[in-house]
Formats: sequence, structure tokens, C-alpha cells
Amino acid sequence: MTLDAHVEVTLETFMLCLDLGVADGEVVAVLGPNGSGKTTLLRALAGLQPLSAGQIVLDSSILDDPSAKLLVPPEQRPCAMVFQDYLLFPHLTAAANVAFGPRSRGIPRAEAERRALAWLDRMGLADKARSKPGQLSGGQAQRVAVARALATDPRLLLLDEPMAALDVSVRGSVRHQLRRHLGEFGGSCIMVTHDPLDAAAIADRLIILEAGHLVQQGTLREVTTRPRTGYVAELLGLNLLRGRASGTTLALAEGTTLQIADPNHGDVFAVIAPRDIALYLDPPEGSPRNTWATHVAEVHLMGDRARVLLGDPIGVAAEITAVALAELGLTDGAPLWASVKATQIDVYGADSE
Amino acid sequence: MTVAFLAIPLVGLLTKASWSTLWSDLTTPVAVDALKLSLVCSLWATGLSLVLGVPLAWVLARTRLPGRNLVRALTTLPMVLPPVVGGVALLLAFGRDGLLGRFLYDWFGIQLTFSTAGAVLAETFVAMPFLIITVEAALRSMDGRYEEAAANLGAGRWTTFRRVTLPIISPSLVAGTALTWARALGEFGATITFAGDIQGRTQTLPLAVYLALQDDEHVAIALSLALLAVSVVVLVSLRGRWLGAVSS
Repeated sequence: MTLDAHVEVTLETFMLCLDLGVADGEVVAVLGPNGSGKTTLLRALAGLQPLSAGQIVLDSSILDDPSAKLLVPPEQRPCAMVFQDYLLFPHLTAAANVAFGPRSRGIPRAEAERRALAWLDRMGLADKARSKPGQLSGGQAQRVAVARALATDPRLLLLDEPMAALDVSVRGSVRHQLRRHLGEFGGSCIMVTHDPLDAAAIADRLIILEAGHLVQQGTLREVTTRPRTGYVAELLGLNLLRGRASGTTLALAEGTTLQIADPNHGDVFAVIAPRDIALYLDPPEGSPRNTWATHVAEVHLMGDRARVLLGDPIGVAAEITAVALAELGLTDGAPLWASVKATQIDVYGADSE
Repeated sequence: MTVAFLAIPLVGLLTKASWSTLWSDLTTPVAVDALKLSLVCSLWATGLSLVLGVPLAWVLARTRLPGRNLVRALTTLPMVLPPVVGGVALLLAFGRDGLLGRFLYDWFGIQLTFSTAGAVLAETFVAMPFLIITVEAALRSMDGRYEEAAANLGAGRWTTFRRVTLPIISPSLVAGTALTWARALGEFGATITFAGDIQGRTQTLPLAVYLALQDDEHVAIALSLALLAVSVVVLVSLRGRWLGAVSS
């Protein structure tokens, strides 16, 4: 394991506490809502935020250990960071920005310049070498920032929301390029994001951080098929319910019961995709065993789909076509019936992990 | 009316000026000595302010030195202190019988009063706060994360300061320097109190103006015009920066 960290940072109103290991060549995405401590985690690893307790070990050398009064300053750590708004030095050209790291680490001017130009060339920015950051587009600035970080030959690369400052229109191509450059990078990489698409495209493993704590981790597939918090479920657009299963009966925390297909026992999570919830104006007849009367809490139109948030007794979202919405004539507060097939409720234990 | 109140004295200065003899007035021995001396003294004072003031501004803006607020109050005190009082204070500190001046004289034979060095000291005392305040404000308003980015790339404190901080605050540094220089150039009270009024040694422009007013009004007006011209140049050169700073 290249990076082995137990991070504890106590700030005035906030506490971050988690264990994190990252292997050579591995890209780990850290997802979490705003204020969950993602950026604080990166700052602690970079040495910009000293630990309150714990230990950071990179390639078997200790970078931070408050109990041993050991703290390697940021300029001596092999950890390069790409900041959220890049923080390219506004008075220096793209080439001088990229050469800044090598020069600060004692490489002669000419050699540093040569390396900078080589990096810009790899990023497809050879013609922008003499441009100041103010003259670059968002995507170009991001590539300069990545080049500037990689030019220091880091062992650990830290990316703080590398896509957040970009226009939606260019994110796809920039994401693709970033994945390619990270693929060529041999060290460990941690990328903070709150876009699951970034994580899906770039990361090998996902870590979900909420309120300073690690709430779930695993491969993309593990996390997306088995969300364990409302945040992850919402990110994926899924309904996440908690309850107790006994056999094929699921007693929800809200007080109602649902029938499930595969028998289970104990505390469980249940995931229902919004499009699997059917809506009716009159009580439906026939197959679905899980049918309940409810009302419309809110309606959101998204292109040709509509998301209907349902009120009591089960606060879930249903997804129907805009056409169906018009046919049903649904407005806020309107009474209706909802149903879901037992086979479309995915149930898994809440205690594992 | 306020504008008139502010403008009429300047108009008076311009109308009373005898433009035909301006050049000869400015080249009288007294005037030439004062011009030269003022230039030398004010540049020295500005240089000293930069060397001493910028590091202090950095300490005030970037460190959590205990007693920082007291230090800040002390450094800005000369801005509000009547310059004459500053001169008296300097005299009591650096005069021949002063707190420190005594040792300077006894041990090194250095006497600051009635010397050009004394005039420089007086100007620095009065002008340096302008530099400290401007630079500290610039450092505070600068995004400190640029310095973090530099550290992250491997730059030590000095490299970061030289290659990142200074260039980013350079507009304010230039403005502060110009302001400091203009203040040093116009210094009167502290200089005359501490350094005296010796032609060619401590008689700077404002002192020469004051004296000339009593026997040769033409020279006084000519020298005043020279000072006014400098002020206008400084103001015009700063205006763009200040407006720029406001709009950015």
C-alpha cells in the first residue's frame, strides 16, 4: 500500500476522521456532499492542514504524526495537488507555471523549462506555452494545472473537484483526457468529486464521505448497486428505504410493510428504482402485491421524463414519462395509488461491512 | 463650494506664479540645493521604508505574532501624530543626548541631528506607515491559497514570497511606494524639528519653501509649483491603479 493514513482533523465546527489506504497506480474517488470534509482530507494529505491525531504514511515514510510531533512541511512532500479553481499563478505563463515545481525543487532553469514544454506538449498545449492563465479556456487551464502537478513527479496526486470549474459542454472530453493522463501516471491518486460520472469514468474505487466520516467504500459497481446512505442513493437517483425483513415481509421504518421476493432477515436496506414504481388514479387490480394510497408531494419535469415525489406513507420518487404525467393530470397534493412489484425491490443487509 | 474651497488655493498658486522667471527661480543656489537634497533624502527614505516596511507588513499579515495589534498601532501612529511631535520624539530618542543617540555618539561618533541622515530618518519615520499599511492590506486581500499552491509545488517560504507573493501584490506595492515617496518628499515638521534647517544638508524642499516665503516669494512659489507637479504626477499614476483595484 503506497498511502496508509489514519486522518483525524478537528476544526472548530467540524471533525474529520477516517482510515484511507491507496495502492500504487490506484485512483480513488472521494464523493460526498458539501462540507463532508473532502477538501480537508486532501489538505491534510498535502500538509496544508496538520492532523489533530492519527498518522499519514507514504511509501513507508511518515509525513504527519502529531503524537510523535512529526510534521513534514508541504514543500517537502511528494504530494502534488490540483486545486479546485486550479490556482495557476496569474503573472506567469503556462510554461512558467509548469516549470515552477521543478525549479522550486532545485532543477536548473533550462532543464525545468524543457520539462515544462514536454508536459504541455503531452497535454496538447504546446502552442499555449507562452499564454498567461487569463488567456486560457477552462479546459486548457485545467490541463495546465494537471501538468503543473505531474511535473513535480509526485508519488501521490490529489485532485480537488477537477471538473467543477468546467462548462458542462467540455466536461466529457476533459474527463476522457484526464483518465488517459492518470492511466500513464504510476503513483497513487485521490480525486475529490461530487459528480458520480467523474468517479465512474476515472476511479478504480469509491469512498463516500459524509459529515467527516467514511460511510461506504468499494468498487463503482458495489457502491451503485448497494447504496448505504441517502446521499449515495440520491446521487444515483434511487429510492433507499430502511426496514426489518422477516421472510418475504419487509417492515419499513415508516410503519408500512412491503412484500419482497427473496426472503431476508434483520435490518435491511431496500432499493427501488423510480421507474419501477407505477402510478394510478384508481386502485389497480391484478398482480402487484405492494399497492398503497398516497398523494403527490412534488412534481419535477426533466426533459421527457417526470419525477413525482410521493407523500406519506412511503416518501419515494416515481419516474414516469411526461406523456403519462399529462394523461394522469397530476398536480401537487393530488391523491393517487402507487404500486411496485416485489421482484423490483432490491433488499440487502444493513449490518454487513 | 467645497470644491471651490479645495481648488481656489491651487488656482492662487498658479496665477501668482511668475512663469517668466520660473526657470531662474528654480535654479537659484538655494532652490537647486533643496531640490537635490529632497530627491536624495526622499529616495533614501523610500528605500529604507521598503527594506524595513515590507517584511513587517508580511509579519503583520501572515503570522500570528502575539501583540500584533499593538505593533500595528505603533507602526501606524506616525500617520496620525503631528509631524512636529514626531520630530520632538526623534530628538529625544536619537538626538545627541537622546535615549539611543547618546550611545551612537559616544561609541561610534555618529550624530544624526543636523545631518542629512537625520533628515532621511525623519522622512522615513513619517512616511513608512503608508507603505506598511498599503502592503499589509494587499497581502490580506490576496488569495492566500496561491502561497499554498507554491508550497505544494515545493517552494520554500522565501521562494514563495519572491516568485508568487511579490508579483501578485506588485500593483499595491508600486502604489504604496509612490505614496510613501510623495509623503517623504513633502515632510516638513519632523525634519525641521529633528534635523534642523541647514542649506544643502537638511534643508529639503518644503523647508526651503517656508524660508523663501519670508524673503523671496518668487522662489517659494516656484518650488511649491515643483512640489505640486510631483503630487499631480503621483496622483495620476496612482489613480489608474486605485480605480483598477476597486473594479477588480
